[in-house]
Amino acid sequence: MNLYLASAGANAWSQPFFQHALLAGTFIALAAGLVGYFLVLRAQVFTGDALSHVAFTGAMAALAAGYDLRLGLFTACILVALLLAGIGRRGKADDVVIGSAFAWILGLGSFFLTLYTTSASGMNDGGAGVRVLFGSIFGLDAGQTLVAVLVALGVGVAVMFLGRPLLFATLDESVAAARGVPVKALGLAFLVLVGITAGEATQAVGSLLLLGLLAAPAGAAVRLTDRPFRGLALTAGLAVAEMWAGLAAAAWIPRCPPSFSVMAAASLVYAATYLRRPTTRRSRTVTA
Amino acid sequence: MGSASFSWNLVGDFQQMWSYPFMVNAFRAGATVAVVAAAVGWFVVLRRQTFAAHTLSVVAFPGAALATLAGFALSLGYFGFCVAAALALALLRRGREPGGSGESAAIGIVQAFLLACGYLFMALYKGLLEGPQTLLFGSFLGITTGQVTTLAMAGVAVLGVLAVIGRPLLFASVDPQVAAARGVPVRGLSVAFLVLLGAATAEAAQITGALLVFALMVLPAATAQVLTARPGLSLLLTVVLGFAATWAGLVAAWFWPYPLGFFVTTIAFALFLLAHGARLLSTALANRIASATIPAGAA
Repeated sequence: MNLYLASAGANAWSQPFFQHALLAGTFIALAAGLVGYFLVLRAQVFTGDALSHVAFTGAMAALAAGYDLRLGLFTACILVALLLAGIGRRGKADDVVIGSAFAWILGLGSFFLTLYTTSASGMNDGGAGVRVLFGSIFGLDAGQTLVAVLVALGVGVAVMFLGRPLLFATLDESVAAARGVPVKALGLAFLVLVGITAGEATQAVGSLLLLGLLAAPAGAAVRLTDRPFRGLALTAGLAVAEMWAGLAAAAWIPRCPPSFSVMAAASLVYAATYLRRPTTRRSRTVTA
Repeated sequence: MGSASFSWNLVGDFQQMWSYPFMVNAFRAGATVAVVAAAVGWFVVLRRQTFAAHTLSVVAFPGAALATLAGFALSLGYFGFCVAAALALALLRRGREPGGSGESAAIGIVQAFLLACGYLFMALYKGLLEGPQTLLFGSFLGITTGQVTTLAMAGVAVLGVLAVIGRPLLFASVDPQVAAARGVPVRGLSVAFLVLLGAATAEAAQITGALLVFALMVLPAATAQVLTARPGLSLLLTVVLGFAATWAGLVAAWFWPYPLGFFVTTIAFALFLLAHGARLLSTALANRIASATIPAGAA
């Protein structure tokens, strides 16, 4: 049994589609983890959720109009990120406003989906909606992998560059603003990064599941350490490890979709943090 | 759906639409869902729990997918998953500050994991060709009279519980500290409300689809709470707005070949934008009147 599994695994490892998935997945997980850490610290996970649904609508709109799917993904995510940052005070929008806007954007997504699946080019492509919603990391070709790696690297460098002031603005907004940190501009830049990451990660795990990639490693890291930079490094490490574990599981277990195994690994790690006694949390719960 | 063309003879159009039993059922089911979702959604918006509401609404999808895979009743899948997820959220938010970073991460992870489970169930069940999109975006075709009865009974149950816990819940939502000091069981109410929310989303998801229940919950309530601050009036307005958007959406989806969810969300979002516009206009007017009566130096 073990021998059989090992040989099946070895077969998958040598396939180009698996190598592309591994390469792209690693970098996507890295970018999503770094951005997700700040998303969790800033309590903006709901914004990430909204942007992930925007990714679906954008992709469907691009397909319906006959463009490359990724063009729609990135355009829609960045535009809505700018909008959400713009309407909110200090670059953060109210949850109810976000919810209202993205409820409509979802409706729009279902409209574009119908438009595409009833058009001449989309008639034979009924799975397009499912592919965008749930991702198809094993379907990336060499060119798409290269773009994914470059975009993820760009996001990672930008997070490193913004890291210190963003952390300051996140942990104590008023003091940061008083010290001359451009809080609003940082919030805007950060949401644009989230938008780019959402567009990027949609290709790997799909627009519905990318929330897990953003929130789960960061949620676990926040529970494990209170030190910001250690937390950031831990998030990145966890995200990549979870992506690898998920891809390996998908290669070994037949009929297991990679999006599911990646999410399962991420959720397991998060659940495991509950086994640890939360010693560092005590001070906060007393004041709350 | 697209089988008839729209003419300006409104009475004739309506009679033609009403002559199909499935359309009558769609209107009945739509009305039930709209009223229940609006009433529960009003508290969601008041309590700023939109993220939890969205999570519970998408959880209906894995529930339905598992029911299809394992071959038990769809309603059971919807209700089971939504209520279980509501309990999980209640458990995870224990001892956290509401709206804090830990809570929003936990909600996000629950949502992503359950959706991934839904995808797995769907992948395991090979026969589901058109399924996922119907489960996610809903369909108002082929609602049977039996389903309408089930929906109505579930709706009455949810509204009944809401009527019982409504007053203390309002108190606990508006000012949790004072409510707790006055002996209102704030934590128990918060769990009860999440479970109620789960039941309501499970009910609504069966007709509008998992992704768009959320629209029916949030948009009418957000619109009404922009227009008026009085609880009773805005609750009433929420129900009326939700009902109007759903029925108008059904009429539109009958005449044009696009999804119901698109029409309902577009109408509801247009009302939301109009309400915001109206409020901006009225505050601008009030400011002008105020600055006209108060001397410039004092302002």
